[in-house]
Amino acid sequence: MNQKYRPKSAKNKILLSGVLIGVGVMALIDEIIFHQLLQWHHFFDFNTMQFGIFSDGLLNAFALFSIVAGIFLFAHVTKLYTYSLLRWSSGIFIGLGSFQLIDGTINHKVFGIHQIRYDVDILPYDIGWNASAILLLITGIVIWLITRKNEADRTGS
Amino acid sequence: MMEHHIIHTYFPLIQTAVVILAVILAAGYMGAMVVSGSKFKSWPVSRLFLWIMGVVTAVGAFVGPIGNLAHENFIAHMAGHLMLGMLSPIFFVFSKPMTLLLRALPTEHAKTMSRLLNTSYAKVITNPFIASILNIGGLFLIYKTGLYVWMHEDILLFIIVHLHVFLAGYLFTISMIYVDVTSHRYDFWYRAVALVIALGFHKALSKLIYQSPPETVPVYEGRSGAMLMYYGGDVIDLILIVILCLHWYRVRTPKEAHRRNMVLWK
Repeated sequence: MNQKYRPKSAKNKILLSGVLIGVGVMALIDEIIFHQLLQWHHFFDFNTMQFGIFSDGLLNAFALFSIVAGIFLFAHVTKLYTYSLLRWSSGIFIGLGSFQLIDGTINHKVFGIHQIRYDVDILPYDIGWNASAILLLITGIVIWLITRKNEADRTGS
Repeated sequence: MMEHHIIHTYFPLIQTAVVILAVILAAGYMGAMVVSGSKFKSWPVSRLFLWIMGVVTAVGAFVGPIGNLAHENFIAHMAGHLMLGMLSPIFFVFSKPMTLLLRALPTEHAKTMSRLLNTSYAKVITNPFIASILNIGGLFLIYKTGLYVWMHEDILLFIIVHLHVFLAGYLFTISMIYVDVTSHRYDFWYRAVALVIALGFHKALSKLIYQSPPETVPVYEGRSGAMLMYYGGDVIDLILIVILCLHWYRVRTPKEAHRRNMVLWK
């Protein structure tokens, strides 16, 4: 019999690629928009805890690595597998939201790396920042659940 | 104003020595190219260009517009640090000096050389984590102890510290990306984790320098230098990250491997 083959579908790899790119993109947004363009964030806040300097350094180093790794992983997946763009985008939202949330809670609040903006009432900014993070995260998770449901439908039929 | 350091007196001497060393390195590489070319197929000239770029960026930390200022201005010092410890090693690694040396040396000496590369000492120091500690840990010693001040008062210390910055930077680079002869190889993920941690500590160190620069450095220079270290380090480490990931991609994405990843149509 003439057997026909089709490429395998990459599920975890495409999700991971999205998450990595999302984390890296949010770190870039943070750096380009809030540090450089708006100059709301400061390079260094003298209230920073010493341990926070290290955790922030590691987080940003990871973000720099992850955007590059995410792009190469995406190239790898497109070359060898089929993939769902929806699942990739769910990963991106999860990555965006989780970096934003970690930055907004642990870095800004727990370690006091820097505040979102100076010489203003910070509370609305903190709420807006973390609420948008949670919204991005939920969007990502919802899209991911939809792709899971789509798969279940397909294998069920 | 900066106080007058003893290094001022000796600095022209150091500059002369560095230029002589650079000429020797360039000539040595060309000599090795000729010897290697007589035994094997000719060595690509593009690698000579990379080697010269490595020599020029390393020498630039001591001579020329940045080098002239490096011992009295912290911003120039930091620019020199990025060139000597981070950028020049990348050029050097891509010119594959170890491969060239093994080809150019007579067989007996090449064997000794390759035995040296296979010793457990070589294995230990080319471990990505050990190389990171030697590199970034050394930087913590320079900027977070009195070493930065002392090295400007003692010519021997000045030379040792700069030699260490270059050698540790080179060791760090060869421990992360395998371009030249590499005897002990570590997994991609192992190197990736080490690279991210090393970069994280490099970032943290630049913020610590911003917080309290070495005592002889004026506040403005210290802060600008720290920011140059932070962002300049990002740019150069980005090069390392791209190369590391590109190598992963090449190994894991063979051009003819589609079949292996195929499943039967249902």
